[in-house]
Amino acid sequence: IVCWRSVSVWSVAGRMEMTVSKFMAIQQALQPDWFQCLSDGEVSCKEAASIKRVRKSVDRSLLFLDNCLRLQEESEVLQKSVIIGVIEGGDVMEERLRSARETAKRPVGGFLLDGFQGNPTTLETRLCLLSSVTAELPEDKPRLISGIGRPDEVLKCIERGVDLFESFFPYQVTERGGALTFSFDYQLNPEEILLQQNGTQEEIKCVDQIKKMEITGCNQEITSFEINLKEKMYREDFNPLVRGCSCYCCKNHTRAYIHHLLVTNELLAGVLLMMHNFEHYFGFFHSIREALKNDKLAQLKELIHRQAS
Amino acid sequence: MAGVATQASLESAPRIMRLVAECSRSRARAGELRLPHGTVATPVFMPVGTQATMKGITTEQLDALGCRICLGNTYHLGLRPGPELIQKANGLHGFMNWPHNLLTDSGGFQMVSLVSLSEVTEEGVRFRSPYDGSETLLSPEKSVQIQNALEMTKRDVPGFAIGGLSGGESKSQFWRMVALSTSRLPKDKPRYLMGVGYATDLVVCVALGCDMFDCVFPTRTARFGSALVPTGNLQLRRKVFEKDFGPINPECTCPTCQKHSRAFLHALLHSDNTAALHHLTVHNIAYQLQLMSAVRTSIVEKRFPDFVRDFMGTMYGDPTLCPTWATDALASVGITLG
Repeated sequence: IVCWRSVSVWSVAGRMEMTVSKFMAIQQALQPDWFQCLSDGEVSCKEAASIKRVRKSVDRSLLFLDNCLRLQEESEVLQKSVIIGVIEGGDVMEERLRSARETAKRPVGGFLLDGFQGNPTTLETRLCLLSSVTAELPEDKPRLISGIGRPDEVLKCIERGVDLFESFFPYQVTERGGALTFSFDYQLNPEEILLQQNGTQEEIKCVDQIKKMEITGCNQEITSFEINLKEKMYREDFNPLVRGCSCYCCKNHTRAYIHHLLVTNELLAGVLLMMHNFEHYFGFFHSIREALKNDKLAQLKELIHRQAS
Repeated sequence: MAGVATQASLESAPRIMRLVAECSRSRARAGELRLPHGTVATPVFMPVGTQATMKGITTEQLDALGCRICLGNTYHLGLRPGPELIQKANGLHGFMNWPHNLLTDSGGFQMVSLVSLSEVTEEGVRFRSPYDGSETLLSPEKSVQIQNALEMTKRDVPGFAIGGLSGGESKSQFWRMVALSTSRLPKDKPRYLMGVGYATDLVVCVALGCDMFDCVFPTRTARFGSALVPTGNLQLRRKVFEKDFGPINPECTCPTCQKHSRAFLHALLHSDNTAALHHLTVHNIAYQLQLMSAVRTSIVEKRFPDFVRDFMGTMYGDPTLCPTWATDALASVGITLG
């Protein structure tokens, strides 16, 4: 619930009404390096928000930003912390542009593009919006986006000017017993890539994706970028999750062992999978940076696109 | 009731235990076990990793704590993943990637804890699986088969397991049976007391002449938010720890105590994050291992009775406030408190 005065949030401790002063008091205690400003992002939670409501979200967010900036000026402790302005505006182009232009006028350290999270279809429709927004923002300040994690979506956002990503993607994969196995090595030829992912199994997997989702009763969508270690086919697979991966899990354990841990509901399954999924995902971002430096983003994009279902 | 489950006391069996020191008053001993995957100092506490894993902590973490032997469970592993798969994985060591020693028990405890699912016949004990209702016959042959496939060290270790004693009998009967067992067993072979893990019990049973212990208590209590300390335990979920920025135990060398405060662990325990359980598991295992190490050192340095008095004083406020059964047990082997 958002009003002109505050944003209310619910947590384990109940409801908290977050006014600007309360928000800034918390930042003073935390002393972060940078922090996302309080904003009105409610329109992204609602279906088909009215123009009036969208307009309000932009106005309120700017008001919160100005108030936070003022309080920051008065705070000695927060002089070193950087405020990140939040771009709102829902799915209304006019409002998005207004939010971008107005926020860019303020002395913020960077920009967070709110409201682009959702499923792959919703991102597709918003890509145009995204390009238009980033076009309004200064080149020399970082652009962050939240809730975008799938490798193909990440690349689409990067092409449109996004620099930082905040999401739960690797964690969600871990929670459903999955291990990221997609290849991001655009230097390798396709045959070598298949070998690295343990070839034949990946081919079978792509074909049977939907069937397997039914078998495992997963309530979150498994992507084609991962393997599901709960599946029986991994019971006697003594390969590492990804051949050549240097994470603790791949250096010390096998797919069969992880499968056993998942089947017996052991805590260690999540520990090992999380280590792998982080390493793999960070490796992906490393390859993006390398590709950009060497002007090979197109090749990386093609490789990732081939693996998207 | 005595439950002394003996292996054949083979005269030709290799002597895997070497006695390093003996307490001149009690029956406490310090020794070394020479096992296929390295030497193990005794007395030793063995953490329990029932299903080829130590409840959320990695084998690297376990190794870093100084653990050199831990437990697997024959019954559970026999069902999942099963002996054939473990054989293909190069044994239990290969399957879970544990470079040190493993002890797998015979499944006897499951006879007690899963009584409603079992039926004792002439052939053996028939279990109904709690997971899918299917039946397994745990006959002596099958039990041994499973243990073979799991490279059970017990087969290589001519030693004695004292079992059937952690099922709820009174503490007074308990210590008398342990004392009786150790008085009958040869000195040069290890005595493994199954299912004992509370700090006081460990110290008393070392005094009575036991060398090896296992228990789920430390790892299980960690998962309930309880941290083991020399004065008992800290229920870190309690409000009193909300702003306590000291470590669980300033003397403890474990990674949890090196890096985290009680306040932090308290906050974690009240979040939907399971991280606190891992930190506490690491600490509680460290506590048990450090305790055994301190016990051993005191035996080697010929001051075990003083150690016992100090330990009881710290734990109960005063050595004379120690529970009666423990006082009696210690007195029976020449250690007086207070």
